[in-house]
Amino acid sequence: MSIPLPLFIAVPLIIAFVLPMFGRKGKAVATALANMVTISLLVFAVASIGKTEVYEIGKWSIPLGINLVLDGLSSLLLLAINVVAAAAMLFSIKYMEQYTAKTKYLSLFLLMVAGMNGVVLSGDIFNLFVFLEIASLASYALVGFGCDHEELEASFKYMVLGSIASVFILFAIALIYGNTGTLNMAYISKAIQNSGLNAGLTFALAMFMAGFGLKAALVPFHAWLPDAHPSAPAPISAMLSGVLIKALGVYSLARIIFNVFGVSVAVGWVLITLGVLSMVVGVFLAVGQWDFKRLLAYHSISQMGYVILGLGIGALILANNGKVEWAAMAILGGMFHLVNHAVFKSLLFLTSGSVEMSTGTRQLKELGGLAEKLPFTRATCTVASASIAGIPPFNGFWSKMILVIASVQAGFLWLAAVTVIVSLVTLISFLKIQRYVFLGELPENLRQTKENKGFMLIAMVFLACLCLLMGSLVLVPGLKESILEPAVKVLTDGLNYSANIIPKL
Amino acid sequence: MPYALCFLLFMLGLYCAVVKKNMVKIVIGILIMEYAVNLFLVMLGFRVGGIAPIIDRAQYDPVIQQVAAGFVNNSVDPLPQALVLTSIVISLGSLALMISICIRTYEKYGTFDITQIRRLKG
Repeated sequence: MSIPLPLFIAVPLIIAFVLPMFGRKGKAVATALANMVTISLLVFAVASIGKTEVYEIGKWSIPLGINLVLDGLSSLLLLAINVVAAAAMLFSIKYMEQYTAKTKYLSLFLLMVAGMNGVVLSGDIFNLFVFLEIASLASYALVGFGCDHEELEASFKYMVLGSIASVFILFAIALIYGNTGTLNMAYISKAIQNSGLNAGLTFALAMFMAGFGLKAALVPFHAWLPDAHPSAPAPISAMLSGVLIKALGVYSLARIIFNVFGVSVAVGWVLITLGVLSMVVGVFLAVGQWDFKRLLAYHSISQMGYVILGLGIGALILANNGKVEWAAMAILGGMFHLVNHAVFKSLLFLTSGSVEMSTGTRQLKELGGLAEKLPFTRATCTVASASIAGIPPFNGFWSKMILVIASVQAGFLWLAAVTVIVSLVTLISFLKIQRYVFLGELPENLRQTKENKGFMLIAMVFLACLCLLMGSLVLVPGLKESILEPAVKVLTDGLNYSANIIPKL
Repeated sequence: MPYALCFLLFMLGLYCAVVKKNMVKIVIGILIMEYAVNLFLVMLGFRVGGIAPIIDRAQYDPVIQQVAAGFVNNSVDPLPQALVLTSIVISLGSLALMISICIRTYEKYGTFDITQIRRLKG
């Protein structure tokens, strides 16, 4: 069964504008409808695994028209986005009852999903920018959804930096259009291969790295993330940390660098430097935090560093004409970590939301001894913490192990050492969460705390099961070939991307 | 030369957005950057003495039964204009959201000065 690609964008986009019409009375209907959308998108995403498809919008053939491209990398990202979206939407059913204007929230949520699906499917660089703006605008509004002091401040900060990033990206697109005369990624890639990089295109690449780096919150572009992600409602934090920074930042960066511009040694080193900086700075800033969600947000920076590191090692090996298998190993580590991080980080944010909803606070010092009061939250949080810290047999362990093996293979022993040390510091900070939230003495005012049952629990248990089972993505042979390998192959093939898209005459 | 001025405008906007302390001025700075990029896009398609990229009877060559050869060489590029329209709409949306967040922040804090709006730290 083949799913028409525009459905991934059209369904959430249309429903997003239908939902506000339900108003306050039809809230239950609107919630059910939104959940149906996210779950059916998840089904679509699962059904689209392993397919390669080019869809021309309105039957205008490229380069005249706009095309949507589904390949290994896109379908991997689609899967991650829609898994997290479905879980976060289930979680929102009850969690968002504490806010007013729930239908507006659902509508913005679906807009964000539509934007992200559009970004990963788009084969046209300006179209990518438009979808990126849809997703970004929805996320700015969602960060400030509570309309409280901190939320507005965080939203403004996020919005200023996000808008600057968007302007950079648009400027780079204009430069590319001026130099190559086309906006289709495959044709841009072909033009660059024919003419080589000139000063304008190199500048465009630098602008892209700054713009997408800002969207991905890599150090030194990370300043907005620790404010924006904790301020949003918990399911939105899960979406932002879980998939938004990946779809808008890392995916776009990887696509532009590997498939459009082609890798070079300099780019490889820039990626490795950004990755190592993000890993180390993020994790050390995280250890000192006393706000549950803020701590998690800093870990997002650090974990994104792993992904970028894997991509950087892969790019460096490819640029030096090294062994493709080694490059593929490094990129596999990065991509696998990306998916894993989507799952365990969104789970962690959902558990933090559950704790916050039950207790009314997320300051670690005010919590404690909740292990008995919130048994399920505790269990799922432990699973996610073990995953992020890289404890076997959870998924984080496998991707980190692949990254360590890949960096040793490539001859970067110090990178392997950094990876392991950062992982240890991560473990320490999550032991801190366990110690201050779930163990220790129960404060007097939290005696009445009750576990959140129902849909919130289903969402958390679903993600926790995924954390446990995702190790099989690399261990079970068939799954690896059908899900992860195609994504890696898209990146290692590099500039062949254009040859695959442009129809042969 | 026009490109250099356009880049200067972009840099002025960036400077304004980074250095200014007033929230509204930051928003204005971002808008200046967006306008600079829009201007740049339009200039990419501009051609001195060019004609509008619309095929009417004057451009149609009855002898060869198709558009006259001079049309492609003389008309301006229409694609950047379409892109600019899209990007103006997008920046309008983000401007509305930014200004409404500024207004809500002013209601909460009573000031536009970002040095005084500092509840988030660390």
